[in-house]
Amino acid sequence: MTDFFSRIGRSTLGTLARLGRASVFLWHALVGLPGLILRPGLVVAQIYSIGVLSLIIIVVSGTFVGAVLALQGYNTLVNFGAQDSLGVLVALSLLRELGPVVTALLFAGRAGSALTAEIGLMKTTEQLSSMEMMAVDPMRRVVAPRLLAGFISMPLLAAIFSFLGIMGAYVVGVGALGLDEGPFWGQMQSAVDFRDDVMNGVIKSLVFGFVASWIAVYEGFDAEPTSEGVSRATTRTVVHTSLAVLGLDFVLTALMFG
Amino acid sequence: MAASLSADDCIVDIRNLHFSRGRNVIFDGVDIRIPRGSVTAIMGPSGTGKTTLLRLIGGQLRPDQGEIRIGDEVVHQLRHRQLYRLRRRMGLLFQSGALFTHLNVFENVAFPLREHTDLPEPLLRDLVLMKLQAVGLRGARELMPAELSGGMARRVALARAIALDPAIIMYDEPFTGQDPISMGALVTLIRTLNDALDLTSVIVSHDVAETARIADLIYVISQGRVVESGSPEALMASESEWVRQFMHGLPDGPVPFHYPAQPLADDLLGEQR
Amino acid sequence: MNIARSVEIWVGLFVAAGFAAMLGLAMHVSNIPLFQTVDGYDVQLRFNNIGGLRERAPVTMSGVQIGRVKAIELDPRSFDAVVTVTIRRDFNEIPEDTGASIYTSGLLGEQYIALDPGGLDFFLEDGDEITLTQSALVLERLIGRFLTSMGDGGDDD
Repeated sequence: MTDFFSRIGRSTLGTLARLGRASVFLWHALVGLPGLILRPGLVVAQIYSIGVLSLIIIVVSGTFVGAVLALQGYNTLVNFGAQDSLGVLVALSLLRELGPVVTALLFAGRAGSALTAEIGLMKTTEQLSSMEMMAVDPMRRVVAPRLLAGFISMPLLAAIFSFLGIMGAYVVGVGALGLDEGPFWGQMQSAVDFRDDVMNGVIKSLVFGFVASWIAVYEGFDAEPTSEGVSRATTRTVVHTSLAVLGLDFVLTALMFG
Repeated sequence: MAASLSADDCIVDIRNLHFSRGRNVIFDGVDIRIPRGSVTAIMGPSGTGKTTLLRLIGGQLRPDQGEIRIGDEVVHQLRHRQLYRLRRRMGLLFQSGALFTHLNVFENVAFPLREHTDLPEPLLRDLVLMKLQAVGLRGARELMPAELSGGMARRVALARAIALDPAIIMYDEPFTGQDPISMGALVTLIRTLNDALDLTSVIVSHDVAETARIADLIYVISQGRVVESGSPEALMASESEWVRQFMHGLPDGPVPFHYPAQPLADDLLGEQR
Repeated sequence: MNIARSVEIWVGLFVAAGFAAMLGLAMHVSNIPLFQTVDGYDVQLRFNNIGGLRERAPVTMSGVQIGRVKAIELDPRSFDAVVTVTIRRDFNEIPEDTGASIYTSGLLGEQYIALDPGGLDFFLEDGDEITLTQSALVLERLIGRFLTSMGDGGDDD
């Protein structure tokens, strides 16, 4: 019995310690952010490897998610004779939920895991250590630009995802299923609110971008410097980011639309 | 001899150093003095914490007790910014070379210069090429680290470590796993650089023959303590049986060949019983 | 150098595409309030019951949108619903005796206000009130009434 409680206690303390370390880590990384104003090239290079290289998967999945949503939505709405509301359905689902959330999940798999693996390997091969010995702070030189790039890239990716999703739905709904173009856009425009729907979606993806990049760089930095350590850290990045995004999404949705 | 040196001649001064990892005591009162301009070797069997010592000197680890002084500064009492300023005067050559895998040879050597100076591109290029010339790899500047042999990678790392003209350069096992030719090249290089650039070199190694060829002063550490120190010749002829075993690489001696175990006969018979 | 340049171009394209998508979402998918409540005058409408009318619902005349619902309040004395609507400045010659009704677009669509123009030569101005109003049709009441009349009809037979 005591064994059971001591195990709970140990894992709680372990989690708390990790959270503490991650917070201290975040603080050091944030301190390094202002210095980046002088070195925008560092951030640009990271936006390339985090944002631009994630574009393909975002473009493809955005378009297809929108198209499938239109097909499924149409089949349901047509039963109520409400197929004109297809645009509203698609736009609201994408802007409020699917855009930010699916983008964040794809981001974790595509960019987050790569970030963790890269930093973890830099640690394993002593590149971070040697950087430190060259009097270059890895928190400023390696971590801070990646954190900022993730934070910048995520909302842009989410916007592209939602926009292409609506375009995909338009092609399926108006092009293939023969809906009238007028109500598709018209109803969408009157039902979708700029502040409530578009801006809240952007805020969500900013939060997700911050959390996803934080987890990715922290796991890389905290990885055990072995091959298994890096592979475990990469897995942890994807799992933890996904869980954090889904949990935060619930909280944010309750705050914004509740 | 180390003991006769005055404090001014020492660039690194380690006194009563204690350090442990968990329950594992690594240093138990180590005193090391490294004279300015010398090549000093710190030797000992594997697992005596030689790399740890370099990290302590570089300020990446903090001692439990005692102090490490570089020039007039106590390394572990420095604030973040001061520590980074101090590190600009130090170079550490990692065992693996630790080159940045995403940058080519030229950019690797240029990295510290780009980070710490605002040199115009042509000047920077000349500087990097000079450093590469010093290690004989000017022609390899376009190669990526993955395309280099171990010896070449280490020489690139050396060029990178001297890019900012440090006062102290530390080598972590520079000779391990090198073929005889690159070993010879490295041995000469370390000595030449030391004398040409007016450096102080600290070599951590267990390759006795190579180290003895270039070191002015050798500290032998074992089990957390300095066992003996002196010139290579003095150590070769040491009175201590242990030091002689280490320096001459004898398989058996005070350090037994066998890991502690019960007698063989008991073990074998025990199986049958 | 060349690689760095192409990285910059790609990042530039990416950021531009991201902002273009956001702009597209803002302009084409939603209706930014910034662009819509700018120029207009407010008129108040009193209804007995507004049903499911919500803020920002469209205000139409002959089916053309001319404004939006700005605010919905309850008069604490008369218990009337007071709906403030903003009508676009270009429609400034709406007769004072114009009537207003609340309709539903489609069977399940959202509710909107339709204005029926009157014939007077005096026009509505900022702060005026329209009293000639017809309340929203509440589906439950409608069904209730329909059922009662059915019941009555049944008795007659």
